[in-house]
Amino acid sequence: MTITDTLAASTGSTRTLFRFATAGSVDDGKSTLVGRLLFDSKAILADQLEAVARTSAERGFGASGEEIDLALLTDGLRAEREQGITIDVAYRYFATDARNFILADCPGHVEYTKNTVTGASTADAVVLLVDARNGVLEQTRRHLAVTRLLRVPHVIIAVNKIDLVDYSESVYEEISADIDRVARELEIDGALTVPVSALKGDNVVTASSRTPWYTGPTLLELLEELPDRDRSLQATEPFRMPVQTVIRPQGSLAPGLEEDDYRDFRGYAGQISAGSIRVGQSIAVAGTSRTTRVTGLWSGTERVDEARSPQSVVLEIEDQLDLARGSMLAAAESAPAGHREFGARIAWLNDKPLTPGAKVLIKHGAATVKALVEEVHARLDLTDLTDGPANALELNDIGSVAIRTATPLPVEDYEHHRQTGAFLVIDPLSGDTLGAGIAAPGVVEAEDPLEDWLGDEG
Amino acid sequence: MTTEISPGRGGPAVALAESDADVRTLTDLDILESESIHIIREVVAEFDRPAMLFSGGKDSVVMAHLAAKAFFPGRVPFPLVHIDTGHNFPEVLEFRDRAVERLGTQLVVGSVQEYIDRGELEERADGTRNPLQTVPLLDTIASNRFDVVFGGGRRDEDKARAKERVLSLRDDFGQWDPRSQRPELWNLYNGRHTPGQHVRAFPLSNWTELDVWRYIERENIEIPSLYYAHERDTFLRDGMIRAVGTVSVPGPDETVERRVVRYRTVGDMSCTGAVESSAADASQVVQEVAVSTLTERGATRADDRISEAAMEDRKKDGYF
Repeated sequence: MTITDTLAASTGSTRTLFRFATAGSVDDGKSTLVGRLLFDSKAILADQLEAVARTSAERGFGASGEEIDLALLTDGLRAEREQGITIDVAYRYFATDARNFILADCPGHVEYTKNTVTGASTADAVVLLVDARNGVLEQTRRHLAVTRLLRVPHVIIAVNKIDLVDYSESVYEEISADIDRVARELEIDGALTVPVSALKGDNVVTASSRTPWYTGPTLLELLEELPDRDRSLQATEPFRMPVQTVIRPQGSLAPGLEEDDYRDFRGYAGQISAGSIRVGQSIAVAGTSRTTRVTGLWSGTERVDEARSPQSVVLEIEDQLDLARGSMLAAAESAPAGHREFGARIAWLNDKPLTPGAKVLIKHGAATVKALVEEVHARLDLTDLTDGPANALELNDIGSVAIRTATPLPVEDYEHHRQTGAFLVIDPLSGDTLGAGIAAPGVVEAEDPLEDWLGDEG
Repeated sequence: MTTEISPGRGGPAVALAESDADVRTLTDLDILESESIHIIREVVAEFDRPAMLFSGGKDSVVMAHLAAKAFFPGRVPFPLVHIDTGHNFPEVLEFRDRAVERLGTQLVVGSVQEYIDRGELEERADGTRNPLQTVPLLDTIASNRFDVVFGGGRRDEDKARAKERVLSLRDDFGQWDPRSQRPELWNLYNGRHTPGQHVRAFPLSNWTELDVWRYIERENIEIPSLYYAHERDTFLRDGMIRAVGTVSVPGPDETVERRVVRYRTVGDMSCTGAVESSAADASQVVQEVAVSTLTERGATRADDRISEAAMEDRKKDGYF
């Protein structure tokens, strides 16, 4: 990839966006790998490089004191540079001729579950680092388990520091076989492996002559070619859109518009969280028996005939329904029911443990409701994804809970609906985000028996 | 090696295949635009008194453009706020006033000059006023009781910004604590806050400088003329090209020269440098930025060069 290629593509209209997260254990060389990706894809500009070179020299990095410590490109906070560790998720940006990349760099040692869950929640792919000298560790399994739970579409295992095992094919093959076995156990489809040396640059951006036995794509080639989540998963899911706000512009029209043209305008604004929608299509209000038809669709200031996830749109509908922020619109033939009780897995992200009886807020789509954590059933053993007994969840635990909400939520099984199966657990007093919730398989399938005849009054 | 996720694994088979085929591919800019609009709507829905920082700089212009789209055909439902250093380029102030009128919203101005005149702020030895904006900003937020302020910050600008959340909580003193940030998951943004706390929202977090320019080109967005090549009297200082003006006066050894330049950022005239450029419109700027070897701050902001942690320190104090 040359600068001219980047230039040619930068003005093109077919570039896509790809989000990926990096994860790894302590000293796997993750910051170096990220630095290498940015450096070799020419995302590091001269003044940034100059600053890093200066700091590297001051610290006598490398044998001669003249090499560049690529990790310094990513460790942004003063404390991180001083301690030589990465504390918080950092977002990085680079582009090739095919794609714009958003990279969530997730620190490995402190609070790794919190960071990995955060990075994986939006990722199209996770790049997981394994040190070739250490092979598959317990933490590798945990990271893989998190990507499985969060249904990240693609997992790439970068077998790093391949230079330190003399570019040995057998070491790589052994690790690949271990990864395949763990992936099978965790039911992960197609985990990909690449032998790399972040420090020396082998197979990160350009294919290495020192690994002639590896003929597959480099890490960057993989990232350029994998389909993004919206194309691979969300586009095939049925239509869902939480209503963020109702736009009734009477009296406050944008300048230049005619009052007469928008006298009765009432639009429902939101980001399509799954599937696609077109004018004329029947839709339902999730959790109710009400259906209507889409009569108008807007993307910004333009009328469109159709739109799909993850577009932000405004919908006009045929009937006067009592819709407000927090309502969810869904394809009529598959609209989810509302649930006051459901089972879920929660990744606990707070220092204060989660215990049964906790009063929390749940944010699901655009709705925030009061809820009670009725039970904590189990803590997930991340090494094999089996449940073990527990009655509380500590920071970085993932466990199974039973939740009861004050008002019904159209929560769906995360396994089949990545967006409408996800929710936040919020502290009603401090407002802090306490946990990341995913509605668990099988437990939200049953209709709420009261829903039919309580209907809209809820 | 399988890379395909089998269709249908995700859920019930629904006949979307045919309709999906004629929906055009969403480009990176489409997705960034939708994400920003989602954030802006979410913040307006969850807060009582939002406001948007608007300097007339390209990022704030793009942000206001996205806000107009987010509520169309309604008007932007919050005021714009400008912290005026008193060192602004006159073209930018004029542009700002026209932009506010076009959006049909209000403008709130916090003036650094007034603080200096009243003796509440002291001019710095280096003459730079960017760091002086923090106090007027926090006062403007407090006196207008804004509970959330949109800023045009992008994570690609700086390594400290790269770790800041889209919704960034500030304490009573407007300070940012990088160690206690809320995790942000999926597209679910948590806007809960307690009285006294306020939030900075960054809808352009995931945009790069090049993305902003490509979007300006695609949407044909008007921005201050300073961003495009023009002729002006300049002199060199600290390796940067400075405009000759009332707050940036060349010293006796600094030769004034007429150059064709443009600005990559427009802020305090006393510390913002220009670059030599012949890029006369957005598409030419896109070409130029794509091959640039310097970041926009590295090239043109004297105040960010001071230390590697310059931005982090200012943010902790309550800066944008």
